[in-house]
Amino acid sequence: MQKLSLKKGVSRKSAYNLRDPKNDKPERHTLAILVDNESGVLARVIGLFSGRGYNIDSLTVAEVDHTGNLSRITIVTSGTPSVIEQIKAQLSRMIPVHDVHDLTVEGKSVERELALFKVFAKGEKRVESLRLADVFRAKVVDSTLASFTFELTGTPEKIDAFADLMVPLGLKEIARTGVAALARGGGN
Amino acid sequence: MSKEVNPQKITSGAEIVVNALIDQGVDTIFGYPGGAVLPIYDEIFKQTTIKHVLVRHEQGAVHAAEGYARSTGRPGVVLVTSGPGATNAVTGLTDALMDSIPIVVLTGQVPTFMIGNDAFQEADTVGITRPCTKHNWLVKDTDILAEIIHEAFHVSMTGRPGPVLVDIPKDVQFAAGKYQKRKKHPNNRYAPQTVPSDQLLLRAVEAFENSKKPILYTGGGVVNSGDQASNLIRKLIAESNFPITSTLMGLGCYPASGKNWLGMLGMHGTYEANMAMHDCDFMFCIGARFDDRITGKTDEFSPNSIKVHIDIDPSSINKNILVDIGIIGDIEVSIEKFLKLWKDRGSKRNTKELKSWWKEIENWKEIDCLNFNNSTKVIKPQYALQTLEKLTKKMDRYVTTEVGQHQMWAAQFMGFEEPRRWMTSGGLGTMGYGFPASIGVQIAHPKSLVINVAGEASWLMNMQELGTTVQYKLPVKQFIINNQRLGMVRQWQELLHGGRYSHSWSDALPDFVKLAEAYGIKGIRCEKPDELEESIMEMIQYDGPVIFDCVVEKHENCFPMIPSGKAHNEMILEANQPENKIEKSGAVLV
Ligand SMILES: Cc1ncc(C[n+]2csc(CCOP(=O)(O)OP(=O)(O)O)c2C)c(N)n1
Ligand SMILES: [Mg+2]
Repeated sequence: MQKLSLKKGVSRKSAYNLRDPKNDKPERHTLAILVDNESGVLARVIGLFSGRGYNIDSLTVAEVDHTGNLSRITIVTSGTPSVIEQIKAQLSRMIPVHDVHDLTVEGKSVERELALFKVFAKGEKRVESLRLADVFRAKVVDSTLASFTFELTGTPEKIDAFADLMVPLGLKEIARTGVAALARGGGN
Repeated sequence: MSKEVNPQKITSGAEIVVNALIDQGVDTIFGYPGGAVLPIYDEIFKQTTIKHVLVRHEQGAVHAAEGYARSTGRPGVVLVTSGPGATNAVTGLTDALMDSIPIVVLTGQVPTFMIGNDAFQEADTVGITRPCTKHNWLVKDTDILAEIIHEAFHVSMTGRPGPVLVDIPKDVQFAAGKYQKRKKHPNNRYAPQTVPSDQLLLRAVEAFENSKKPILYTGGGVVNSGDQASNLIRKLIAESNFPITSTLMGLGCYPASGKNWLGMLGMHGTYEANMAMHDCDFMFCIGARFDDRITGKTDEFSPNSIKVHIDIDPSSINKNILVDIGIIGDIEVSIEKFLKLWKDRGSKRNTKELKSWWKEIENWKEIDCLNFNNSTKVIKPQYALQTLEKLTKKMDRYVTTEVGQHQMWAAQFMGFEEPRRWMTSGGLGTMGYGFPASIGVQIAHPKSLVINVAGEASWLMNMQELGTTVQYKLPVKQFIINNQRLGMVRQWQELLHGGRYSHSWSDALPDFVKLAEAYGIKGIRCEKPDELEESIMEMIQYDGPVIFDCVVEKHENCFPMIPSGKAHNEMILEANQPENKIEKSGAVLV
């Protein structure tokens, strides 16, 4: 019998876009979900993840189109390729969901996160924290005689790295926005 | 039948609700009143277009609406009050979600200015029902009420059907607002893909043509797609001579008397259907979803087949079983295109190999897997269903069931020639479904014979609906397979838990005949096999509701059975088979 030779992902609309279904290693994916900004919509999306046992590593949401009342939810999730496909299919069939983009597979994308760090330090440690902030291009947004508050924008990895360095210097509090992401260039 | 409703008229929210329902062609509402829906009940009082059926419990209302929807293809409508009314509807909503049944549930809510204050009979209805509806709405503005109700019907019926809920605060029902007429073409964004990809269909046709051991595995999606979908499946089978099986939900999409019919597949399916699924080289899954009751052990599921799956819900494809070709589309549209494509290419198939495949299947059929040891002393449940089938199959008949062994025996021993004749709780397995569902079916088909094949334990779960049957003079037949056991639980305890029958018997049962008489309806008890035919005839011929207490063997097990965690080719055919031990790993599964 002739073997079926169907390319994966032949059509964006087809269900047949699994990337190597045999692979069962978890992957990290960034999903951008455009939804009607109506009451309960975030609860719906989060309920889907908790109800079906999917992971949420990071989640951000804000209205991006004030006339059309559309919000953009950016979720960083991890799962095996078939779980990721399920997540996308489950999201896509929700009534208030307009579009689901998997930025991890749909070409290159940029990801940024903003974080605030409060560091209490004296003497040499205080100076060192300022020096490192400079290296990372973090801004001082508040200072007292005992503390600095830094603002840093970057990839989640960069923010993790900065946090690791600040811990021994007196990091007391950190606030992160979660990831915002967009596809690079003109196409989508 | 829908009466013209004056568009743009300013009316109360409650009147808007009733107008919108009339506009949608609704003829029946199943409901139960309460404080938060009184304005709507007031409007119902003032009109005659819509018939309101007063149930005895809100769960009954939802199951009745499911029975109505499943047997007609039109959405079932429910109206209940806030708080307890809404929470009582949750089981039915979940049931309808699992089995893709279109129902529209309207709930009353406390007035908007009291929401969040723990007001009397306040519950977060949209919050509670979010995971068990396809979509739900809380309406805070009377002006958009009509539009949302129309949208609710659209969402419920479009794509994969399902339950929706509209929560309406009492002040919104009292306030005045504009009525919006139902639009012919809703400009609603919600429009799931119904037309399949031609390229993928072509691949599917190629696999179909090349197959040597094919099988069609059909499900509830065929029934939901509409009667034409069933006709097309029948045509495809007639012209290809391929074998066909169905899930519990798909029974009737191909006639049980058809020569290519292998019977139901799955945990309690026939030997031939399951063996053919296991050994086939081409599986054409149409509107089914590879549920765990179907697949058994997924690692060993049909290991050598090319699998094609057509479904309207993309999330059903590759969820449990990875398929070779997944096609998103409506079944009717897809099979019509498929048939045309296959015919245009010359209706090719491997006739010789197909013949030897059929020979293999005939050998499996010879096992006669539904065979049972009949008795002259006690009624065997299988015999009861066989007899019921024999006496009613030629009639204009609808069958509902409860959940348990009796349900599986009904699926095994009753044959359905058309879709929409068989209503059962598949995905959720809800005991208490069958009686209210039979009420919904009878309301939709007043002249037909409607039988609920029940287990005594399940039936008790919604027996309050006797009041509804009497009030509306519904001649439903409650055919209770009374084994005085939670039979299916008892069977699992026998096979999996060393025969320790923990709480699996029905103690303190009522006298069903006297119970019937207490409601002024007919009760029949039958305990002897040789009196069964006569008693069933008495039930059928009686013009009114009947409770039939069919006293059967207490310890009968339902076979064949694929034990949890086993593959299709490891079916148990009878209790004393030596390899009839279920492993620990299987015992954790449900
Ligand atoms: C609401 C609900 N509770 C519990 C169960 C678990 N359950 C499945 S079958 C069954 C026993 C049903 O007994 P009966 O209705 O007498 O049917 P039988 O199996 O004896 O034919 C039970 C308890 C269920 N399916 N639904
Ligand atoms: Mg029983």
